Amino acid sequence: MKGKVVGKNVTKTDALALATGKPMYADDIKLDGMLQAKILYSPHAHARIKNIDTRKAEAMPGVHAVLCHKNVPRVPHTTAGQGWPEPSPYDAVMFDNKVRYVGDRVAAVAAETEEIAEGALKLIKVEYEQLPAIFDLEHAMDDGAPVIHDEPDSKYVIPVFFDPKRNHCAHIDLEAGNFDEGIKESDFVVDHKFKNHYGQHCALEPHTCISYFEPNGRLVLRTGTQVPFHVRRIVAQCLEVPERMIRVIKPRIGGGFGSKQEMLIEDVCAMLSMRTGRPVRLVLSREDVFVSSRTRHQMVIWLKAGARKDGRLTGINMRVISNAGAYGSHAMTVMSNCCAKALPMYKCDHIKFVGDTVYTNLPQAGAYRGYGVFEATYPMGVAMDELAEKVGMDPVEFWKINTVREGDTHPIFEKLGEVGKGVAMKIESCALPGCIEQAAEAFGWKEKRASYPKQDGKIRRGIGMVCTVQGATVAMIDMGAVFAKMNDDGSFNLLMGATDLGTGADTIMAQILAEALEIPVEDVLVYPADTDLTPFDKGAYASGTTPVTGMAVVKVAEMLKEQIIGVASEILGEPKEDLFLKDKGVESKKTTRRVEYGQIAKRSMYAKNQFQIAAIASNASKAPPQSYTAQFVEVEVDTETGEVRIPKYVVAADCGTVINPKLAAGQVEGAVLNGVSYALTEEFIFDKNGRVLNPSFGHYKIFTTQDVPKIETIFVQSYEPSGPFGAKSIGEVCINGPLPALSNAIYNAIGVRFYESPFTPDRILKALREK
Amino acid sequence: MSRHKILVRVNGGVYEREVEARRTLLQFLREDLNFTGTKSACERGDCGLCTVLVDGVPTKSCLMLAVEADGREITTIEGLAKDGTLTRIQQAFIDNGAVQCGFCTGAFILTTEALLRRNPDPTEEDVKEAFGGLLCRCTGYRQIIDAVLDAAKRK
Repeated sequence: MKGKVVGKNVTKTDALALATGKPMYADDIKLDGMLQAKILYSPHAHARIKNIDTRKAEAMPGVHAVLCHKNVPRVPHTTAGQGWPEPSPYDAVMFDNKVRYVGDRVAAVAAETEEIAEGALKLIKVEYEQLPAIFDLEHAMDDGAPVIHDEPDSKYVIPVFFDPKRNHCAHIDLEAGNFDEGIKESDFVVDHKFKNHYGQHCALEPHTCISYFEPNGRLVLRTGTQVPFHVRRIVAQCLEVPERMIRVIKPRIGGGFGSKQEMLIEDVCAMLSMRTGRPVRLVLSREDVFVSSRTRHQMVIWLKAGARKDGRLTGINMRVISNAGAYGSHAMTVMSNCCAKALPMYKCDHIKFVGDTVYTNLPQAGAYRGYGVFEATYPMGVAMDELAEKVGMDPVEFWKINTVREGDTHPIFEKLGEVGKGVAMKIESCALPGCIEQAAEAFGWKEKRASYPKQDGKIRRGIGMVCTVQGATVAMIDMGAVFAKMNDDGSFNLLMGATDLGTGADTIMAQILAEALEIPVEDVLVYPADTDLTPFDKGAYASGTTPVTGMAVVKVAEMLKEQIIGVASEILGEPKEDLFLKDKGVESKKTTRRVEYGQIAKRSMYAKNQFQIAAIASNASKAPPQSYTAQFVEVEVDTETGEVRIPKYVVAADCGTVINPKLAAGQVEGAVLNGVSYALTEEFIFDKNGRVLNPSFGHYKIFTTQDVPKIETIFVQSYEPSGPFGAKSIGEVCINGPLPALSNAIYNAIGVRFYESPFTPDRILKALREK
Repeated sequence: MSRHKILVRVNGGVYEREVEARRTLLQFLREDLNFTGTKSACERGDCGLCTVLVDGVPTKSCLMLAVEADGREITTIEGLAKDGTLTRIQQAFIDNGAVQCGFCTGAFILTTEALLRRNPDPTEEDVKEAFGGLLCRCTGYRQIIDAVLDAAKRK
């Protein structure tokens, strides 16, 4: 659908301020008396703290507080920024007497300057008793493996499996249909072990929090978070104070991609303010962000799948071991999504899924764009390509006949959601067939496929494709609320807990309100995410802001419309049924008389039957709308250097109605590039003791303009009835494609399948040698 | 720690300050002068987000000492728009959707200022090369590159 505002490239509401360098981010303010905080991290992968002596650090001039396990409350919690009760284990405390990975927290200091704080860290004497460590996720549950969470107080607060004595953080198994029966019908079967690698979000703004007291004694946290309301709740829990004592303000955020869907540093910052009574600033260094914030889950996935001669899938059996790292933030839900949100794209009656998440003594995994669907799309995407080849069918055809259509349902929807049981649903909107066709056409799939097998020489060209899906929202849990009020001039304030982390969500919400109320977008003044001033919102995750909060905006507009028409009816002396909104005014169908919003506002405020035209509306997700893409990539593999270049990448995406094409294209291209960069160059390198050897942009390579492939974006619109003006989400679905698409294209080029990522030059050369 | 008196022009203003020898230009701009549009994201020259113009040349301010800026002319992102009027480059960035989270935007705009002064009609390859030392994690870079090519046309 295309409206007056929806479907237009409206300028981001914050673009002007950002392009002129205004102080918009958490770290852009300075407060009188602000102390600087630094954290001491563990040098050992697994050790008990036998003794910690902070006296020298405390005595250092300029030091105001030192925190460690001895002097803070021990409150088991999860750092995962999820709805309450959280589906992640309460296995973290602010500081513990045990460290579980190189980079785990040991102590924190607040001092007059950063230099003093750093100096004080060096004076903290820690006596460690080193313990054996486990780094290999496949052996974490072995008999006799070191037990990482041997403390008695770790637990889930929802009834799910948890066996920390075996490093077993989460377990899910289910079956739809009967896999063993289904697979018997196969004419062709693939069965492989896949492994993806540790990666980091690399949001360019490091995690930043500034805490200070308001004059009334309440604590304010100004923090770059995707989840302000969850942060307030979890910080209150950790500090053992009521939520009312804490206010969380989210300024602009310099990217998150899931890394800020955590209560990550706010507890320490807040505690230091509590101890000192002073404002405290805590900003992670880039090295800290790499090592001690969050990473993508590394998984080993065994996938067995079959197809008949006619190309139809017979069965899918996915066995997952996911590496949580040292703590279980998002551990169960990410693994759950490998099935719940990844598999409902495939037309297949017989699906079996067994997943385990384990603890290891490696950095903590967490939420990362794609959230389990990314990890599962790799094996599925490669297996589809391989099955198509075995069947002797063009992958384009094979994908088309084996993926869902509008009106279909899927057994997995009901069997499993992100958290526990799912919701049975029909797919109300799906333009995936159109995505496949249009992307194949734009890419030149047929011509390229016909010409490439005959090449030889140093550079080998190849092509590959995949389809991706991302179910949006955590159904039956996620809620977003918005409040809007009319001003004298007929403009509106839109106050919402929704958390624009740089994506443009504020602008999207403004466009929805503007469309619904027949006003220009500049008449919507968005005020986002302040736990004191805005209504609750789950925050920015699970591709949920447009579908969940967007519908709350639609609802609030309906309520405002009724009030506006009520006042207009009094002014015009005409019945409400004859009136409608048009161009920032109300008009009569009958008489064509008209009254402007400004007049309506002024009358309601100053003149007659006075009241504030205002409304608050909430929207909770009832089912997860599915976004889809088809992605086609061409590679040039240099058989002498092992380098992979990408001359062409085409994505066709179905995110329902596209509310703002430029912003949506930014999401598509950014996500694809992140996925490509992860597939080809990004990688944590660990030494044998679990230390990250490359925690810097100099040694952890993310793509620059020099590396960027030409990405062509096509939107194939569908209309999602549960979404605002038919919209779905676009934030995550695109990142799931590059890893399998590149694996398929590299196979097409050099005849070697990569079941393990990343596809770095050394790995490609090795594979060519071993071919 | 030795302290040095320096005189630096920033965005047309004159700032005379005493600074420690080890203080970086980035710290000096952000913390001492409050030009917070200059961003700190790695502090070792890898990401380029602290880029400012020093006598017109894009420079990573985390790799330059404040004392080295003595007598020099610095332009930060705050110094581009004059009397509320955006430069054509800022406007092109906004119009082309090149501002996503915005954290890298200042560095890219300043680098573009220098590029277009040196090369008013750059090819896409020229633009990509000029941005070689800068990171953006949100956009995929296309909209940034488009913005530069568009700005060049706006002369």
